[in-house]
Amino acid sequence: MRYQVTINGKARKLDADPEMPLLWVLRDELGMPGTKYGCGAGLCGACTVHVDGVATRACQTPVGSIGKAKVTTIEAIGDTPVGAKVQQAWLDLDVMQCGYCQAGQIMSATALLAENPKPSDADIDAAMAGNICRCATYTRIRQAIRQAAGASAETHHAG
Amino acid sequence: MQAETLDRRGFLKVSALAGGGLMLSASLPLGGAMAKEAGAAAAMLNAYVAIAADGAVTITAKNPEIGQGIKTMLPMIIADELDVDWDQVKIEQALSNPAIYGAQFAGGSFATPMNWDPMRQMGAVARDMLVRAAAEGWGVPASECTTGSGKVRHQASGREIGYGAVAAKAATLKPADPATLKLKDPKDYKIIGKPTGGVDSPRIVKGQPIFGIDTVLPGMLHAIYETCPVFGGKFKSANLDAVMKQPGVTRAVAIRGGDVADGLVDGVAILGSNWWLVNKARETLKVEWDHGDNARHSTAGYAEQAAQLLAKPAAADVRRDGDPEAALKKAAKTVTARYEYPFLHHSTLEPQNCTALYKDGKMEIWAPSQTPQSGREIVSKALGIPQEAITIHMIRIGGGFGRRLMNDYMAQAAAIAKEMPGTPVKLLWSREDDTRHGFYRPGGWHEFRAGLDKKGRLTAFADHFVTFGKDGKPLTGANIGPTEFPAGLVSDLVIGQSMMASNLPTGFMRAPTSNAFAYVFQSFLDEVAEAAGKDLPTLILELLGEPRQLPGMEFPGRKMPGLHTGRARGVVERVVALSSWQGRPSAHTGRAKGFAFYFSHLGYFAEVVDVSVSPEGEVKPEKIWIVGDVGSQIINPSGAYNQVRGAAIDGLGQSLLGAAVTQADGRVEQSNFHDYPVPRIDIVPPIEVEFLKTDNPPTGLGEPALPPVIPALFNAVYAATGKRVRSLPFQPEMVATA
Repeated sequence: MRYQVTINGKARKLDADPEMPLLWVLRDELGMPGTKYGCGAGLCGACTVHVDGVATRACQTPVGSIGKAKVTTIEAIGDTPVGAKVQQAWLDLDVMQCGYCQAGQIMSATALLAENPKPSDADIDAAMAGNICRCATYTRIRQAIRQAAGASAETHHAG
Repeated sequence: MQAETLDRRGFLKVSALAGGGLMLSASLPLGGAMAKEAGAAAAMLNAYVAIAADGAVTITAKNPEIGQGIKTMLPMIIADELDVDWDQVKIEQALSNPAIYGAQFAGGSFATPMNWDPMRQMGAVARDMLVRAAAEGWGVPASECTTGSGKVRHQASGREIGYGAVAAKAATLKPADPATLKLKDPKDYKIIGKPTGGVDSPRIVKGQPIFGIDTVLPGMLHAIYETCPVFGGKFKSANLDAVMKQPGVTRAVAIRGGDVADGLVDGVAILGSNWWLVNKARETLKVEWDHGDNARHSTAGYAEQAAQLLAKPAAADVRRDGDPEAALKKAAKTVTARYEYPFLHHSTLEPQNCTALYKDGKMEIWAPSQTPQSGREIVSKALGIPQEAITIHMIRIGGGFGRRLMNDYMAQAAAIAKEMPGTPVKLLWSREDDTRHGFYRPGGWHEFRAGLDKKGRLTAFADHFVTFGKDGKPLTGANIGPTEFPAGLVSDLVIGQSMMASNLPTGFMRAPTSNAFAYVFQSFLDEVAEAAGKDLPTLILELLGEPRQLPGMEFPGRKMPGLHTGRARGVVERVVALSSWQGRPSAHTGRAKGFAFYFSHLGYFAEVVDVSVSPEGEVKPEKIWIVGDVGSQIINPSGAYNQVRGAAIDGLGQSLLGAAVTQADGRVEQSNFHDYPVPRIDIVPPIEVEFLKTDNPPTGLGEPALPPVIPALFNAVYAATGKRVRSLPFQPEMVATA
C-alpha cells in the first residue's frame, strides 16, 4: 500500500505492507538507521521514537496505523529545545559505553522532560525502565536527565 | 556437534607477540586505511600518527570498540606522548591488519596492559621525529628543543614551529628505537588521567549510522539465516520455492557448513529488500533437520548427571597441595556446601550482524567483531578464500561481553555473500536467533569442604567442580585454573574436576569463569568465616598474610601474574573503611551489608553491597562500595568509572533477576528479554567507586569489577535474612522469611 507519513517534519511517500513496523520503514525503506532494532517485541526501548510527542516503540507500531500523526526520530530530536538539552547532557556526562541503546534512551528522556520538566528520581526510573542499556550506564543516564532538567548533576563527570 | 574448545590462547596467539611491543616497531608499514583517510597531504610518521600540513593530527585506533572505550583511550595515550592537544586530534579506526597493528581484539581486559607501553612509544617516536626535523631546520641540537600543544620550541632562540610545518620532513627521518626514548613523567600528562568523552559520542547522540547494523551499501540485500534450533543439527531439506514467493524475497538458499559452532553451520538464508519482509517470510519456511543425537541434552539431564558425578570422587585433580583429606579428618570443625549456577547468555543489545560483499574472488566484510583476525581465518577456512583476499572493516559494536569473540555470524554473512557475487548482503539476526544461538557461559556445580583448626584457622579446602567437557578437556569457558583463590594460601587443598557432555556451544562471557567462581568461592568462604566466628574480610586478610607475589599461570608466550597478596590486602582494607563495615551482624534484620574480594584480569577488587530484603524475599540493593587496584594510572577516568559501575550492575543483573539459559530436547528455551531478563534502571543503587593507585603498570577495567559484586550481594542477603543462596537462578522464595 502507498502511504504518506510525516517524519521529522517532512512528508515521506512510501509503498509498504501496512503491517510493516515503523522501525523497518525507517531503517530499510527511508534510510534512517538512527532508530535501533533490539528485540522486536517492545521489551528493550532501543527503537523509541515520538509519535505526536509521545514516546513510542517503533517496532510495535505498524506503519498503517500512523495516519496523520507526526513522527520524530533521533535524527531530528536535537531540533527541539528539550532534545538538544538532553543530547548535550549526554555528552557532558559522557553517558555512553557502546552507545547502541542511547538513541532510544535519549528519545525516552526527552519525552519525559517535555511532559515533566522536573522529574523526581522515581519519575526518572519509571519513565526509563522500558529502555535497556546492556552496558548499564544507568547511573549517568539518571544524572544526565537531572542535568537536562536543570538540576546540578550529583557527581562530577568522572564520578 | 560439540562446541569446539577454543581456549583463550586461541585468540591470544597473535596478541602474545605484541605483548612486549616488539611487533609495534616504529618502522612498520603504514596503515592503509589511515593513509587514505588522512589524505595525500598528511605526513605519516608511523602506522598510528599522521600530521597534515595545517597541523591536524590523525591518530589510528587499533582495536575493536565494543563500548569499553578503547577507540578513545588508546589514542589518548599516543596523543599525550606526541604532545598535542586532544582537540587537535581526529581518530580513525584501523582496518583489521595484524601485520601492521599486531593483535587487534577486544577481550580479557588485555588492551590496557598490552598497549600501555607500545602506544606511549608510538607517540614518543613520532614526537622525536618532529623535534629532530625542527632542530635540523634551525641548526640547533634536538636536545635543546621542547614540545607542547603540537609545537616544537627552542627556548634559547625563542623560536617555535607547528608540527604541521615540519611533519613532511619528519616523515623522512629514521624513527628512533623506542627503547632509547624517554617517556613522559606521569606528572606531565595532559591527556592521560583526564576524563575524556567518547570520540564517537557526538555522532551517536544524533543517531548517525555508526554501528555494524547501520551498514548500507549500494544495491545491498537484507538477509536472515535460519539454523537448526537443536545445536549440531544438519540440514536435510526445505521448502525454498514456497519461501521465494513471499513478498520482498529475492532469494532463498540452503548453505552447508561444518561441525564447529564458531564457524559456518548449516542453514537457510532468505534475502530480500527489507529485513522485516525476509524475517516475515521465515514464518513460511519449513526446514527438515537431522538432529543426530543432540536432542538428548537438557537442563534436567545435566542436573541429574551432576548429582551422580558429585556422589563420586572427582575424575581429575586440577591442583592438589599437601594432604587435604587427612587435613579435613584432623580438622576441629568442617564446613560443607554445594553450589550451582546456570548457563547464561551475553544478550548484546545489538543483535549479531555482519555485512559482506563477494566480488572478483575477494571478500570484503564489515564486521562488528571482537576478534576480526580470527573471523578472517574462519571465513577463509569455511569458504576456501585466501586470507589475503579478505578485507575486514572493524565497525563499532553495540555490546560485546565476549559474544563477539566468536565469529559465526561473520562466516554466515560471508557464505551468503558468496552465493550472491557482486551483491552486498547484510545479515541480521533476530533477537530470538541471538538468544537461541549463543556461546553460553557454562553452568557448573561445586561441592566444597573446608576444615578449621581449634583457633578457627582455615587448614583444609576441597572443591569438586562439575563442568562440561569433551575428550577430557573442558569446553570453552568451562575450565577452572590452579590459581583459584584460596589456592596457594591453604597448605592442604584440592581442586578436582569432573565433566559431562553438552551440545550447547559455550564461550567466554565478561569475566569468564570468574563471574561464576567469585560467586561460589566467596560465598562459601563467607560460610567458612562464619563457622570460624569471624567475618569474611577478616578471614581473607588472615589467608593473605604478608605481602608477596603468588605464582601465576602460564599462557603460551605470556605469563599471567598471580595474585599479589599486598595489593589484595590494600583493596580489602580500603573498602572496609570506605563502607563503614561493621563486621558480621548479630541478628538477621532484613537489612545488611555483604563483602567479597576477587582478583581477575590483573585487577584487584573488593566490594561491599548493602541490601534490604522484604519478608517475601524481594531483594533491593541499597548501595555498593567498590575499591579497585588496576595500577598506577587511570588512563581515562570517565571511561573507567563507567566501566566499573556497568560491570557491577551487570553482576547484579546476573544475580538478582533469575536469568538462566535452559535447554530442553537439545534446544534453548529462552527467546527474548521477557524470559531472559537483563538489568534495568530501577535496580540500580548508588555506587561509590574508588581506585587505589599503586606502583604497578596500568591494567584493564572491562571485567574485573564484575565478579565480586555477586557474592557480596548474596553474602549481604545472608546477613540480612539468615538464608544462604547456594543455587542460581535466584528466586525470591529462596530468601523469604514471611
